[in-house]
Amino acid sequence: MPSRLSLLSKVGIRGRKAAQTLLLCAAVFALLGAGDPATRFTEIGHQMMCICGCNQILLECNHVGCPASDGMRNELMASLTRGDSDSLVEQGFVQKYGPTVLAAPTTKGFDRAAYVIPFAALIFGFGLIVLVIRAWKNRPAPTLADGLRPVRGAELEQFRDQAGKETDL
Amino acid sequence: MAIIGSFALLLALALSVYSFLAGIIALVFQKQASHPSLQPGEKTAYHPGMSRSTGGTSLAALLRQGSERIGETARRAGVATFAAVLLASVVLVICAFRDDFSIAYILHHSNRDLPGPYKFAVLWSGQEGSLLFWSLLLAAYGFVLRLRYKTDARLFAYASVVLAGVQIFFLSLLNFAAHPFAIVQGTIPADGNGLNPLLQYPEMVIHPPMLYLGYVGFTVPFAFALGALIMKYPGEKWIHITRRWTMVTWAFLTCGVFLGAHWAYSVLGWGGYWGWDPVENASLMPWLAGTAFLHSVMMQEKRGMLKMWNMWLVFATFWLAILGTFLTRSGIISSVHAFAQSSIGEWFGWFLLITFAVFVFFFFKNKSHLKSEHKLESLVSRESSFLFNNLLFVLLCFTVLWGTWFPKISELVQGNKVTVGAPFYNRVAIPVALLLLILTAIGPLLAWRKTSLESLKRNFLWPTIGAIAVAIFLMITPQSWGSVFGLKPWQDISYFYSLMAVALSVLVTLTVASEFYRGGRVISKHTGQGMFASMVQLTHRNTRRYGGYIVHFGVVVVIIGFAGAAFNQDKEMEMKNGDQMTIGPYTLICRSYTDDDAPNYASEWALLDVYKGGKQIDTMTPVRRFYKASQQTSTMPDIRSTLNEDLYVVFEGLNPDNGHPIIKAHLNPLVMWIWMGVWVMLIGTVLALVPNAPAPVRVPAPGRLGQAHPAPVATGD
Repeated sequence: MPSRLSLLSKVGIRGRKAAQTLLLCAAVFALLGAGDPATRFTEIGHQMMCICGCNQILLECNHVGCPASDGMRNELMASLTRGDSDSLVEQGFVQKYGPTVLAAPTTKGFDRAAYVIPFAALIFGFGLIVLVIRAWKNRPAPTLADGLRPVRGAELEQFRDQAGKETDL
Repeated sequence: MAIIGSFALLLALALSVYSFLAGIIALVFQKQASHPSLQPGEKTAYHPGMSRSTGGTSLAALLRQGSERIGETARRAGVATFAAVLLASVVLVICAFRDDFSIAYILHHSNRDLPGPYKFAVLWSGQEGSLLFWSLLLAAYGFVLRLRYKTDARLFAYASVVLAGVQIFFLSLLNFAAHPFAIVQGTIPADGNGLNPLLQYPEMVIHPPMLYLGYVGFTVPFAFALGALIMKYPGEKWIHITRRWTMVTWAFLTCGVFLGAHWAYSVLGWGGYWGWDPVENASLMPWLAGTAFLHSVMMQEKRGMLKMWNMWLVFATFWLAILGTFLTRSGIISSVHAFAQSSIGEWFGWFLLITFAVFVFFFFKNKSHLKSEHKLESLVSRESSFLFNNLLFVLLCFTVLWGTWFPKISELVQGNKVTVGAPFYNRVAIPVALLLLILTAIGPLLAWRKTSLESLKRNFLWPTIGAIAVAIFLMITPQSWGSVFGLKPWQDISYFYSLMAVALSVLVTLTVASEFYRGGRVISKHTGQGMFASMVQLTHRNTRRYGGYIVHFGVVVVIIGFAGAAFNQDKEMEMKNGDQMTIGPYTLICRSYTDDDAPNYASEWALLDVYKGGKQIDTMTPVRRFYKASQQTSTMPDIRSTLNEDLYVVFEGLNPDNGHPIIKAHLNPLVMWIWMGVWVMLIGTVLALVPNAPAPVRVPAPGRLGQAHPAPVATGD
């Protein structure tokens, strides 16, 4: 028993270390290149919509003489040059143009539901399928007529191996 | 002409109503005739003058005969509906060619100088015409179905009634809400308003028909499913019939969706092929549900499982196709693709409700018939992989539906709309799609019932090593080799997704290849044929399985194409003569810019020499057109496609201050792979539709079975 406990604690420590390493890696990756204004311009510009009605991402709007996109791009560049943070830039745009200027829902308030629901459905679906498979697996085998008995366990494995060898697949 | 068209539409409606009602009466009579109380020997008080059993028999015979005759008239009315709708469609096209602007639809969607092919395409270019076209395709599917009724007369009779019901809806719309032959009031203009410039592109002639063949085609599997549910169809034959129709329809929809993507890429000029617009999403949803059905149907065929689930999937696919049409036409969700807003959205809303109610009613009434014995032996089995596969497809479908409707939901809940664009789908749908790609690699290698971990390890080892090797290769190679080389997944999440997509695509490719190789090796060993000939024979012996693998291979080729999007670059510049722009390995030099005039449009275009490595390799001519009739502009990008990347150049217009052209260049890696992958998918689908070769492989059976002669070995799905 003590050896099992120590094994479990070892596994726990390793798991924690792995999680910490992953977190650190994620933080490093997230911060890489984050300070470059040109990169930020491209990133934030792709998170916003042009409001001229073309339904295009701000940096992809290609209308010559578009009444909106040039001004919006200039505003974005000005904000970044001022050193505004990403969230401040976004807030400024939302205040001026309304929430539809953001190309995706935010992760605040009800908007969070946009992201949570699909992943919650994924987790729920996975859980449900595992439960269904378990239930189907634990069902008793149907009884066979004429005194035949279902093949199970080691005997079934033996037949399966034989079939595998015979078909060579 | 308009009178002929209107009359044809009315006649078609009358024939559909007759086909529907007479079909129902025939089926009711048929049911009565087969009632136990009317069978020989059963007691009945029908005719006082006869012996009871004789009376029952003769009444049954009478009912049967009557039902057969009425049923036959219903079938013929269904066939005639096709002729009537075809007549109406031909009349509309003739009116377009004759520039008959007394018809409002022709006035609004055509003009005298419109080229012939687009005059033909007028049939599906506007609200009313496209509904007529939908009705025509539905009638055509019904025509084929009714001609093939001998396959299973009773099931086809039920399916025919369901199709007639759907047809009544569309023909009612055409006759009472969106009449394509409505006459212009007052003075008839000398010329029409012209076709939307974005639609004046060769693909526009084939993209909508393909898409509509897909949308409309899903009515047929639905009709069979509902028919089988209502009649409590014994056995799984209906699912065999439905599967083939579904595959054909799926192929059309696949073709339609990707043609749409190609059209958007080639015409819209923003350098992309998919914008997650609600209308694009509307075409994706039935495709995803239909793909889920094509997979899960195998569980029903092989193991008799998931009968209820499959019923719901068929219904969902049909329903989502109609929902897509509702989205396009109701104006409920804003989209650049949407038709003019009109009241027909309400019609579609009601139709969706009614079909849902009818399906739910019969499902709960007859669901006991769909009960099946679900028994699984292991979590590691083909059955489990299909369950997870279905979960992911349905989840992807739900995500697209959720994202499409979220602006509306947000408006209802918090009083303001939000935009749900590409960044949302990239965050939510890509991880799920990658999971699906993993399953695509694992699933085919799992055996039905149970797979031992040892065999899984044996089958997966080399493909996994290959996939990891490719991933490492892409990371360590120098960036100068091309956009996708020297990939640093830690720099950006999109790079990480791309690397994963490519690595998993390699994994799928290698598992597919190993399946062909191992199967081919068995045949080669027993027949002495070469490996390639053995693999061809293997495919011919089980076209569905190996055709399916080819479709999977096509999908990974498409995915590799999508993975390239993470490395897109673009540059915009005002270019006067002699100016140059560099993007990636290309240098563009503006040689000249000029304008031109054609009867239908005036155009401005630039002449750009393209250099790579100091050598001129091409001259590109992006164009911007001004369509005279509609007074609208449209860009015609020039695209130079190679396996590595597309150089995509757009003439955005002239700077109004100095008259210099503004050129935008995009460098889009791997786009050509998408279009190649679609071809592979279609080839795989066609292959899967080919009947299997009749003779199975014969190998000597071991003595244990006590057989001296060779025993057949068939490959399973």
